[in-house]
Amino acid sequence: MSDFPTELKYAKTHEWARDEGDGTITVGITDHAQDQLGDLVFVDLPEEGDSVEAGEDCAVVESVKAASDIYSPASGEIIAVNSVLGESPELVNESAFGDGWLFKVKMSNPAELDNLLDANGYQEVAASEEH
Amino acid sequence: MGLKTALYDTHNTMGARMVPFGGWDMPLHYGSQLQEHHAVRQQAGMFDVSHMLALDITGKDSEVFLRKLLANDVSKLQQPGKALYSCMLNPDGGVIDDLIVYFMRPGHYRMVVNAGTAEKDLTWMEQQAHAYAVEISARRDLAMIAIQGPQARELALPLLPEVLQQPASELKPFVAVDDGDWLVARTGYTGEDGFEVSLPAEGAAEFWNALAVAGVTPCGLGARDTLRLEAGMNLYGSDMDETTSPLESGLAWTIAWEPQERDFIGRKALETQRNKDDNLQFVGLVLEGRGVLRNHLKLFSGDEELGEITSGGFGPTLDRSIALARIRRGEYDSCEVEMRGKRALVRVVKPPFVRNGEIKVQ
Repeated sequence: MSDFPTELKYAKTHEWARDEGDGTITVGITDHAQDQLGDLVFVDLPEEGDSVEAGEDCAVVESVKAASDIYSPASGEIIAVNSVLGESPELVNESAFGDGWLFKVKMSNPAELDNLLDANGYQEVAASEEH
Repeated sequence: MGLKTALYDTHNTMGARMVPFGGWDMPLHYGSQLQEHHAVRQQAGMFDVSHMLALDITGKDSEVFLRKLLANDVSKLQQPGKALYSCMLNPDGGVIDDLIVYFMRPGHYRMVVNAGTAEKDLTWMEQQAHAYAVEISARRDLAMIAIQGPQARELALPLLPEVLQQPASELKPFVAVDDGDWLVARTGYTGEDGFEVSLPAEGAAEFWNALAVAGVTPCGLGARDTLRLEAGMNLYGSDMDETTSPLESGLAWTIAWEPQERDFIGRKALETQRNKDDNLQFVGLVLEGRGVLRNHLKLFSGDEELGEITSGGFGPTLDRSIALARIRRGEYDSCEVEMRGKRALVRVVKPPFVRNGEIKVQ
């Protein structure tokens, strides 16, 4: 079974966001998403300093099965990317909510986080896709 | 819900992700298909291939019948147990299925056909068999397990029925030995050494579990596909089907043109096509950069569309993406693929990409 940590916010497009409490969020794909994709073989990340809009595609994860666009859960500036994933994309499979994080955003409008789902809401989205 | 093999419960117990395939519920992987792939290249892995259909063809006309039915020639099979890969063609030269046929003994051949085509194959074969003294029986009572990898034979041998252990240890490639309903063949679909074992379905779980205890890694369809792609082996339904000829699918080597008087089904169409100079060619592709080549992506040389990828994916042994493709005739060292709205350079190579653990392309 996939994990759905309650401290995180979720997008319907299967990204998670962790509010770091300092105006930044850490973003990744959910355990459910990595499970559906299967083994990841490539991760293309944005550049530090890029500006992103909420819902804008800014990264790509590619698995043995399919390529999938990653959408930023919030608007702002990319302040860090998990460059280890270039060599070790499998970290996303092994630790989707931990070492497999993708990038960090300094939010320009933290209120956008309210538009995201909580763990229960996302779990329903995930369950509806499995049938 | 699809059909279930004798190992369905075993797969679930072992944590398999099950997916529909060819009408069956089959394991895609047991956690990581990449790790399963590497296990086969480096040690040993096993696959439940019981969804494929074993058929027995018996009767005094069985050789004559198969020489009519198949594009390859079963009269090449003189030694009992010897196996042959062949296409079964329609009169237009399209591929109804690709299969393995074993010569068991005079008047008895064993054939193994693909899961998704099994019913269609049976119907076709029964139609063609009318004029011959042959009986075709589907062996749904059998399970099939492929054990593949450099250590596969060594690990599997002690777990075979005792009477088969010695003869199985002496098998040459593409030869099988049988005892009762057990058939052990030194064949496979991964580019590695190993066995494909048919056995009574009721004994399948015990054999599978014993192999697991011996250190053979359970592998799903995901690894099976990346292994066969690296080995440059065709997948029916992707690389060829009823609308494509073996001549344009990299399978010309499986057509037995001699003796000329053997009038196999599809021969006339292939002879006409053979003399044309605009046949498509079947090639391998290696993607230089990042990304994964997928089925049906279009290939170009400048503005000219050359053809498309018939099966593509990630090659874990090469750590880059590879594909099989059908393209226009011509000398191409490289071409371009259109991928996610952009063009990327691919090198054109001759498969296989990997054989017996070794990378065969630059």
